[in-house]
Amino acid sequence: MNGVPKIELRGVKKSFGRKLVLDGVNLSIQPGDSIVIIGGSGTGKSVTIKCVLGILRPDAGSIKVEGQEVTGLHGRNRDAYLRKFGMLFQGAALFDSLPVWENVAFGLIQGHGISRRRAREIAMEKLAKVGLGADVANLSPAELSGGMQKRVGLARAIAADPEIIFFDEPTTGLDPIMADIINNLIATTVRDLGVTALSITHDIASARKISNRVAMLYKGKIIWDGATAEMDHSGNPYLDQFIHGSAVGPIKMEVRQ
Amino acid sequence: MQNRPTHLIETMNIFAAVGRVILALFAAAGRLAIFMLDGISHSLRPPIYWKVILQEMIGVGYFSLPVVGLTAFFTGAVLCLQIFIGGSRYGAESFVPQIVVLGITRELGPVIAGLMVAGRVSAAIAAELGTMRVTEQIDALTTLSTNPVKYLVTPRLIAGVVSMPILVAIADAIGVLGGYVVATRALNFNSSVYLKNTANFVTSGDVSSGLTKAAVFGFIIALMGCYNGFYSKGGAQGVGAATTNAVVSASILILASNYLMTSLIFTR
Repeated sequence: MNGVPKIELRGVKKSFGRKLVLDGVNLSIQPGDSIVIIGGSGTGKSVTIKCVLGILRPDAGSIKVEGQEVTGLHGRNRDAYLRKFGMLFQGAALFDSLPVWENVAFGLIQGHGISRRRAREIAMEKLAKVGLGADVANLSPAELSGGMQKRVGLARAIAADPEIIFFDEPTTGLDPIMADIINNLIATTVRDLGVTALSITHDIASARKISNRVAMLYKGKIIWDGATAEMDHSGNPYLDQFIHGSAVGPIKMEVRQ
Repeated sequence: MQNRPTHLIETMNIFAAVGRVILALFAAAGRLAIFMLDGISHSLRPPIYWKVILQEMIGVGYFSLPVVGLTAFFTGAVLCLQIFIGGSRYGAESFVPQIVVLGITRELGPVIAGLMVAGRVSAAIAAELGTMRVTEQIDALTTLSTNPVKYLVTPRLIAGVVSMPILVAIADAIGVLGGYVVATRALNFNSSVYLKNTANFVTSGDVSSGLTKAAVFGFIIALMGCYNGFYSKGGAQGVGAATTNAVVSASILILASNYLMTSLIFTR
């Protein structure tokens, strides 16, 4: 596992007003890794992903993708950079003004300049990959259940054959069975496509299923980073408390912000 | 004696508070200016989303026709009635058609249509973009290599600037019709004389000044809807606030810019 990491974060800091969210995040992700960042609500998991995507600009630190500095990219360079990525959003974030197939084909048509006819064919293929038939293609996203929306979101994330996929809380808001189905879909997708995956979740069962590495974010820093299999024997009290979902332990929930 | 330092700090707090408000105002003005220039500059650089522009033009223009038409009709009607009543004190009833057409084409057509469309379209744009913001659809656009300003804002600005003058031209005609109906049905004007006086009096300058205003209003309506929606935050409440702010700021800017344009166009 040597060589240039796919994604490397060094000392990434980000604050909103006076609230410091990321306080020097260091993380390097090797090609083909499926890493999960776990942590409580409001610990900066989403902010980390948004910094890598350039939706948010970090206050300090460096983010390198395949050895190239990517903070401060803009215009065409940024569009080109973002073509490497696919992202599944927490609420699926489907465009509700467009039918399902156009949601999946959106990046192909707008970002890659593929013809609508060809993009529709690809969209149908990807929908089939996530277990959705042609019958949903012309529905509007609002007509789908939460689980189906997540599947469409997944199909959209993999539509343009990205090298890196981000999953933002892929199982939040789903029933346990649907959550497991989505987990399996993510695990097989990542394996079959050979992509690098970065997920954020606070669902430990999901983390075990979809990742080979786990990093825990607490108070704006990565406090533990290791193989998923070793997670249970880490000896780290913070991680142990989080895994077992116990109210007692070193992590005190800040109810007031 | 002990009160002194705290008293001083309180005084400083007033300065700090005023300073904070002023700084926030400048920051907001700067952010709006950058947002506006960004939106305009994307209209000059391909790709241009024709399909979205067309959809928005239908939304801004076509679907606003009934409400704008009705308001224009009744505005023309009431204008005619008041001018007749006021004019009759000086025996100036015969000037009704001239004053109606002048009032409608120069001021009331564009302003009434602008305010109605501000209520309808600014609110709709702010609600749509605000919801897209809080459900991360705007972030999703970015991850799909699509610039959200180019895809969402620029087409709406173009649609506003193009469709408002068309809408106002129709509103002008309907407003004059409203005056004509009242004059001929209720006030016993001769219909052909009324129409002849209207047509002879109105100049292309009256109409084109109104249409120029309409284009500016269209821009303001789209810009305020987009800006407030684009930067809304905090769920349903935030979207509600964005919608209100869009309508209020668009309405105020329409009335203020209308005065400015009238003084620029007519008092040279």
